[in-house]
Amino acid sequence: MPRPGGRRVQEKSKDFFGSMKRLLGNLRTWKFLMILSLILAMASAIMALIMPDKLSTLADEIGLGLVPRTENIEKIYTAMGDSLSKEKLQTKMQQIMMSTSISNEEKNNFLKIMEDMQTNENDNQFAALTNCSEDILLILFDDIKVDGVSISKEDLVSMVMTMSTVQVDNSEQALEVMDNLPKSIYSLIEPKMNVDKIKKLAIFMGIIYLISALFSYIQSLSLITVSNSFAKSLRTSISTKINKLPLKFFDTHETGDILSRVTNDIDTIAQNLNNSLSTLVTSVTLFLGSIIMMFYTNWIMAITAILSSLLGFVFMFAILGKSQKYFSENQRALGELNGYIEENYSAHNVVKAYNGINDAVNDFDKLNDDLFQAKRKSIFLSGTMQPMMGFIGNLGYVAVCVVGALLTMNNIISFGVIVAFMIYVRLFTNPLSQIAQATTNLQSTAAASERVYAFLDEKEMPSQDDKRKHLDKSKVKGEIEFRNVKFGYEPGRTIIKNFSVTAKPGQKIAIVGPTGAGKTTMVNLLMKFYDINDGDILIDGVSSKDLTRENIHDLFVMVLQDTWLFEGTIGENLRFNKKDVTDEELWQACRTVGIDHFVKTLPGGLNSVITDDTSVSQGQKQLLTIARGMIEDAPFLILDEATSNVDTRTEELVQKAMDKLTEGRTSFIIAHRLSTIKNADLILVMNEGNIIEQGTHEELMAQGGFYEQLYNSQFEKTI
Amino acid sequence: MIKLFKNLTKKEIIGICIALCLIVFQVWLELTMPDYMSEITRLVQTEGHLMRDVLKQGGLMLLCAFGSLVSSIFVCYLAANIASSFATTIRAKIFRKIQEFGTEEIKKFSTSSLITRTTNDVTQVDMVIGLGLQMMVKAPIMAVWAILKILNKGLEWSILTGCCVFILLTMVIILLIIVLPRFEKVQKLIDKINGVTRENLSGIRVIRAFNAEEFQEKRFDEVNSNLTDQQLFNQRCFAIMNPVMNLVMHSLTLGIYVIGTVLILKANMIGKVTLFSNMVVFSSYGMQVIMSFLMLAMIFMMIPRAQISARRINAVLDEDVSVIDGTFNGQTTEVGTVEFKNVSFKYPDADDYLLKNISFKANRGETVAFIGSTGSGKSTLINLIPRFYDATEGEVLVDGVNVKEYKISSLNNKIGYVPQKAVIFSGSVNYNVSYGDNGKEEATPKEIEEAIKVAQGTEFVLKMPDKYESHIARGGTNVSGGQKQRLAIARAIARKPEIFIFDDSFSALDYKTDATLRKELKKYTKDATNIIVAQRIGTIINADKIVVLDKGECVGIGTHKELLKNCEIYKEIALSQLSEEELKDA
Repeated sequence: MPRPGGRRVQEKSKDFFGSMKRLLGNLRTWKFLMILSLILAMASAIMALIMPDKLSTLADEIGLGLVPRTENIEKIYTAMGDSLSKEKLQTKMQQIMMSTSISNEEKNNFLKIMEDMQTNENDNQFAALTNCSEDILLILFDDIKVDGVSISKEDLVSMVMTMSTVQVDNSEQALEVMDNLPKSIYSLIEPKMNVDKIKKLAIFMGIIYLISALFSYIQSLSLITVSNSFAKSLRTSISTKINKLPLKFFDTHETGDILSRVTNDIDTIAQNLNNSLSTLVTSVTLFLGSIIMMFYTNWIMAITAILSSLLGFVFMFAILGKSQKYFSENQRALGELNGYIEENYSAHNVVKAYNGINDAVNDFDKLNDDLFQAKRKSIFLSGTMQPMMGFIGNLGYVAVCVVGALLTMNNIISFGVIVAFMIYVRLFTNPLSQIAQATTNLQSTAAASERVYAFLDEKEMPSQDDKRKHLDKSKVKGEIEFRNVKFGYEPGRTIIKNFSVTAKPGQKIAIVGPTGAGKTTMVNLLMKFYDINDGDILIDGVSSKDLTRENIHDLFVMVLQDTWLFEGTIGENLRFNKKDVTDEELWQACRTVGIDHFVKTLPGGLNSVITDDTSVSQGQKQLLTIARGMIEDAPFLILDEATSNVDTRTEELVQKAMDKLTEGRTSFIIAHRLSTIKNADLILVMNEGNIIEQGTHEELMAQGGFYEQLYNSQFEKTI
Repeated sequence: MIKLFKNLTKKEIIGICIALCLIVFQVWLELTMPDYMSEITRLVQTEGHLMRDVLKQGGLMLLCAFGSLVSSIFVCYLAANIASSFATTIRAKIFRKIQEFGTEEIKKFSTSSLITRTTNDVTQVDMVIGLGLQMMVKAPIMAVWAILKILNKGLEWSILTGCCVFILLTMVIILLIIVLPRFEKVQKLIDKINGVTRENLSGIRVIRAFNAEEFQEKRFDEVNSNLTDQQLFNQRCFAIMNPVMNLVMHSLTLGIYVIGTVLILKANMIGKVTLFSNMVVFSSYGMQVIMSFLMLAMIFMMIPRAQISARRINAVLDEDVSVIDGTFNGQTTEVGTVEFKNVSFKYPDADDYLLKNISFKANRGETVAFIGSTGSGKSTLINLIPRFYDATEGEVLVDGVNVKEYKISSLNNKIGYVPQKAVIFSGSVNYNVSYGDNGKEEATPKEIEEAIKVAQGTEFVLKMPDKYESHIARGGTNVSGGQKQRLAIARAIARKPEIFIFDDSFSALDYKTDATLRKELKKYTKDATNIIVAQRIGTIINADKIVVLDKGECVGIGTHKELLKNCEIYKEIALSQLSEEELKDA
């Protein structure tokens, strides 16, 4: 069945053999199953090669059951001839002459026939005898025994009589006549099938068919196991890889791209491995096998068969090559149209409100027509493949027959060879198209695995084996010092130049600046998501360079603006990575941030599942992330303040919860509203990635710089 | 589905008829070919025939083969054209219908579902035409024809063939019953694995900050194992199909021969020959019968899926549009006024009103702001002005005329609407800003530049590679949220409307940009009326009128100062954002 969603573009891989080699190398874990399935595939192919021959033998054997054993008639005639030997004939003639029951007329007739028989050496001397009366014949013939069957002279007479009615050129009538022969004779000339041989052959074939079905099932099962296990392991590798990559990687790569590797690409690999690998082995075996069988049987015929099929294939591949263009054109047009539709539907309000419908319909029609043109061509071209294949098969068949007939007439080959070739031609053409299909599939497998491997080969974060120091969460005092820190996302573009500041235990540091000023850079550096270029960040006097990332993460509570929760229960989300947290502790955290009431109203309480469509608002999610932070409990805090998505009253609740969170922690607060941070111990003002001012609120206001401007802008009388 | 087929054009129907005739012709050719084949075999196998005869029969057979090739290519051509053009028509119909939809209908179906309906569902249906046209017609004809050929040629063989067909069909049906529902399950698991991965990517900072990498990996492993197990099960089930199919087909041939042997043994001389030839015929046509039935089974697998798609498409096409266009062309004496008279609103099938009895009036050049907590109905309220929804009770008047009387395009010409989430189209900056049609002349480059300047966008636009002609990617991925919002505001400005509607459009901007933008906007459009929904008090502090909404009701109208004095809810909101002294400063 065709896959929904139309055809996939056949992609070309960059390094087909390299990727395939690596792919197969990775399959080594399932070496046994792979080899087993390949051997089974080959075995099935070989069985498929010998079976047509067996089938035609079977048909021939059965066919033998149609041919009357005319040689036995000869035998009877010979035996009868014996009874008419010269000596015997003499006595028999006397007997006839002396017989009183035979009229003189008949006697004369008989003598005349005998005379005729002696003068012209007729083939069937007995035919003439039929003109004699039965009585004479009864005397002439003796009872005879042929092949252990005794035939009475009456039967012989009846045979001679019936046989005489046979017309030479009517075989059907001859058969009918034979049916009327006396039993003893009929049993001799009745076609004899080698029932034993047929039985053995049939049983043998049945067993082979059964074995072949069994083989092919086992083969599929093992390949299915291999491909799915492989896909599973690839998916796991990607999932673990995600956690090993530096954050920098995700700045430059889209989520959708990585997702498509996890699903689409791995799916392509698994499916194609499943189908193509066994098809390829079977087809190649069949293909080579039939070529060998053909040349083994007769080389002229072999060349005929191969040439005539190849002629067709050249034609087909020409079309296939041409259609490639239309396939990708179709895919492109489809993508374009889908993109347009998506954009239009999501922007429906704006399209309507700006009277953009007419333009939209025009644009759509154009794209729709593009798709129509591309699609009809690609469907048409791909649809012609099947009939082409059929035609190639027939062409080969006729070619073999014609050349075969020519050769037979010149007595170069026997008929059997032609019959065999008729089958070989079919066996030869089918796998060729399958091989073509399988190789294009493998092409896209290679392309897909290239993408997967490219991801798996991405440079990971540096190893941390050299990090010897460790800070214990419970013993940390809570001091952080930035010492001459230099940092830039891209080499050569330093955005933080020589920044130094010290945060004392329990202090509140606010980071402010307009949107896009690079406030998250500070988070990235504090959490060691990125490594600084120069300088040092010291935690309780210990250089963060000497600490593992895990250790640093352990020291921080982080609550971000984007309220990330995973699909799971509220309890699971609050506990997250932390073990041994009692429900009571969870409720305690909920109470502290003031979300206990909301959680209680949910049907499952802490066990309610959060999904995208459950009615947990942004603000409630924000509160949950704060509660999660509380449970994590660490000496440092990074806090990204509430967002504009939350309504003002929830915002107040969030604000209170955040204030609770900062208690007793050295906190870094990314502020969006200036009113809340006036009491901060230190305010860092950022713009265009850089820290441009630092100081307390009063100091900064007195400075009359960027901060002052920023602060006043929120009260400007404009409207 | 049949209903959908009524959309076929005459040309397409004629095409289908021609295709049908061609298919019948093709089946005939294909079924006569075996006759030539056996004739050739006979000629070759029996002595005394001339080369000429073989060539003649071979030529005839090739002629048949070629005829069949040509006709099937022609059918293919027709099918490809009909299916594609049908799909094109249906898609265009759906697209046009959806353009008519109001927000209500869009919400009812959901945007993503509408997208699948326009794309995937149409593909499903047109695949049935493309493939179905050939298979659906060919399979039954083939089956009947082949059955006719073997009818009366032996009861025993017919029973055997029947049994084989029965076994195969039973197997296919059982497999489908077992596996089809599980396919959906696999689809869900794939969604889930996508979901977990997406989660891992979107929450990467949080996960690392909590050292929860292993925790998440475990979650991934769980889904991964589930998916793998489910897929293994499905594929293992399906793997049985091919071997059994081959086994049954081979057994059929073998069985026909074995039965043939027994029958021939029993028959008399004349009977034997007929039996043998019948046996040969049977062994080739029996296979045809089985193949045709399998083909039919496959079509029956395809039809339900297409049927579902067809139903989904029809649901869109049959949907009644709730907002009906008026006739008034928009020539009013009053300019720039918006008035609500006792307006209430609820969704058609909802019990509760979202807006209750709202009345206010905005005069030319005034700024009217709406504030309230989430769910208070601010956005719903302004959505009634451009008729995204229609008021359930009461009247919404623009320039003194009920909005329902306007031709929607004339109404829209008066309005410049900026949504909460900025909408950006793929195309140049110019295209985005000059988007749409306002019933006047198209915006000149100078006007566009000016609009962008007012919207505080000049600086970043000039930094882009091609300035005003810079391409903006689909979904606006190459511009930031604040930049998108500024372009969306510029678009409204370039439209030169009488009335601006800002649905919380400033929250993506920082305070400074927000303030300057509004100052410039005020200067640029002195006469325009502003309707603003806001979260920040700072944004609306100077509005001529502030309407405070709470749970769909108007709990206060007045200026900032008035409301601070007499509106509790407003005060509460204000205090949550600014300190008391700041409020006094302002």
